[in-house]
Amino acid sequence: MAEVLVLVEHVDGAVKKVTYELLTLARRIGEPAAVLVGAGADAAIGGLAEYGAATVYVADAAELSAHPVAPKAEVLAKLVAEKAPAAVLVASTAEGKEVAARLAVRSGSGVITDAVDVSADATATQSIFGGATVVKSKVTTGTPIITVRTNSVAPEAAAGAGARVDVSVELSAAARSATIVDRVVQAKGGRPDLAEAAIVVSGGRGVGGAEGFGVIEALADSLGAAVGASRAATDAGWYPHQFQVGQTGKTVAPQLYVANGISGAIQHRAGMQTSKTVVVVNKDPEAPIFELADFGVVGDLFQVVPQLTEEITKRKG
Amino acid sequence: MREVDSETMKIVVCVKQVPDSWAEKTLGADNTLDRGSVDAVMNELDEYAVEEALRLQEAHGGEVIVLSMGPSQTTDTIRKALSMGADSGVHVIDDGLHGSDAVATSLALAKAIEGRGADLVIFGSESTDARMSVVPAMVAERLGLPQLTFSSSVSVEGSTVRTNRVTEYGYDVVEASLPALVSVVEKINEPRYPSFKGIMAAKKKKVETVDLAGLGVSADQVGLAGSWSAVEEAAARPPKAKGTIVTDDGAGGTAIADFLSAQKFI
Ligand SMILES: Cc1cc2nc3c(=O)[nH]c(=O)nc-3n(C[C@H](O)[C@H](O)[C@H](O)COP(=O)(O)OP(=O)(O)OC[C@H]3O[C@@H](n4cnc5c(N)ncnc54)[C@H](O)[C@@H]3O)c2cc1C
Ligand SMILES: Nc1ncnc2c1ncn2[C@@H]1O[C@H](COP(=O)(O)O)[C@@H](O)[C@H]1O
Repeated sequence: MAEVLVLVEHVDGAVKKVTYELLTLARRIGEPAAVLVGAGADAAIGGLAEYGAATVYVADAAELSAHPVAPKAEVLAKLVAEKAPAAVLVASTAEGKEVAARLAVRSGSGVITDAVDVSADATATQSIFGGATVVKSKVTTGTPIITVRTNSVAPEAAAGAGARVDVSVELSAAARSATIVDRVVQAKGGRPDLAEAAIVVSGGRGVGGAEGFGVIEALADSLGAAVGASRAATDAGWYPHQFQVGQTGKTVAPQLYVANGISGAIQHRAGMQTSKTVVVVNKDPEAPIFELADFGVVGDLFQVVPQLTEEITKRKG
Repeated sequence: MREVDSETMKIVVCVKQVPDSWAEKTLGADNTLDRGSVDAVMNELDEYAVEEALRLQEAHGGEVIVLSMGPSQTTDTIRKALSMGADSGVHVIDDGLHGSDAVATSLALAKAIEGRGADLVIFGSESTDARMSVVPAMVAERLGLPQLTFSSSVSVEGSTVRTNRVTEYGYDVVEASLPALVSVVEKINEPRYPSFKGIMAAKKKKVETVDLAGLGVSADQVGLAGSWSAVEEAAARPPKAKGTIVTDDGAGGTAIADFLSAQKFI
């Protein structure tokens, strides 16, 4: 059976859930092989095997982490050339899409981004125009390279051998030509990762200020959710930029999205439109966000949200 | 490596014409975006790329060339960049390009950039129609240029360019020697509006048109036939059932909790 390469998303070996989703999808197409670039293989391999990785290719030379994007593409390109996999699956993050882009050019392959499903013959389902149209696409030349959105499939465990195979790559001069000279990590807090969370609770201009986000965070914590924000809220400095949801922020597709004090501008909707269930609290009955709501309350969020939080806490007992 | 002095700093900025983001978008019979039926505008995110190019020019001197690939109405988008202040335009236009995917687009753009002696090539971070965010990385790969994408700040000093690359948890500071390729995010600046004077001046600026032969690209490398991915079928998603909207009467929070319980979220 041909291999299906899955690029592992991880921080120092702490593997992100999306990787297990990709391994689950990969099993439909062939034999999953995880590709781990960077340090932390020892911590990662157990989980990767648990979700079906027969092989774990490890490229952990320090040099690979010193440059953005290109080294990962070159590791994958080498494996594509050597192993002729049936497909390559990468998470649809900003960096993942760029890795896929470079790999496509390097390996002479087509690329499909933002798939929400992948079938056994590597046909990708995409949801385009803000979810209004569903298309099925195929790569017609080279190795299918597909980036898949988080939360597209429920990760299912299926034991794999998880055999470690070390890979070394001679980076091209071009890959070394841009260098990361500093990494700045901004506070994240103890909540689930925004892009991966099953529930996202967001606040917008209606929250009124940084203190107002206390109400949003309390609701999020009662649900075990991540916190998101509209651009109006992040631009005003009420909430950090990396929590912005939308066209120029993160794209999220959680099981539940709760929008509070957000009007529903097209740029915001672009980042949350494919959420499975949407709940809206807004005092303006004309706010376009209500068009997406499965359940909406026209009212003041400072009344509705604390009551909701209290009710959830009570019911969860 | 190349020292930038004010006489020679040359910036190519890539802009795409897209359907207005509010417009109802549809696919045509060949499963490509129906561009004829909607108002076309400059990709909103490329305005930030043009603005950043102009700011760098204001700081360092030199020249800003705007590059766009697309059908004939693309000249409007090129004119807009010229009226913001860019010096000249390059319009890649050929019927054979219709239906090009990202890989094919990146080939045409790379060929159009190659040989122009650009110190910096600047892109927007995403086109609002394709939403792929892949073309800048592909062009960097093709041209062997250092890739400094998703930049929330860009500065040039001597022959070094330094950017902040937005990441999942903050940002990376990335450095490279010129020539280099940059893409910018919308946090980077506030794009200017074209002034009346700018609009008048733009009418006299030169826009060069280039076809496939001029790029040295053969017809089978681009367009629908030369694209390496294809849309096989498309269907409108069945419209979402209308949700329940209630007005808060003092028990709005409880009403949501009831809904969430029924949906098994609590
Ligand atoms: C290039 C570009 C990129 C962009 N990218 C993004 C993006 O990624 N993400 C994004 O979100 N936006 C983005 N935007 C901005 C977008 O156009 C909107 O301006 C923004 O989403 C509005 O945020 P908002 O809904 O919080 O604010 P508003 O539109 O001001 O809406 C606030 C809402 O809160 C309601 N409200 C007020 N007080 C209360 C209260 N006490 N209780 C209940 N409801 C209340 C109001 O009725 C209103 O509907 C982008 C814009 C541009 C130009
Ligand atoms: N046809 C085109 N002409 C010029 N620039 C383009 C074109 N297509 C994409 N770009 C550039 O590539 C960026 C990313 O586009 P995309 O990868 O399609 O999301 C855009 O913001 C533009 O700067």
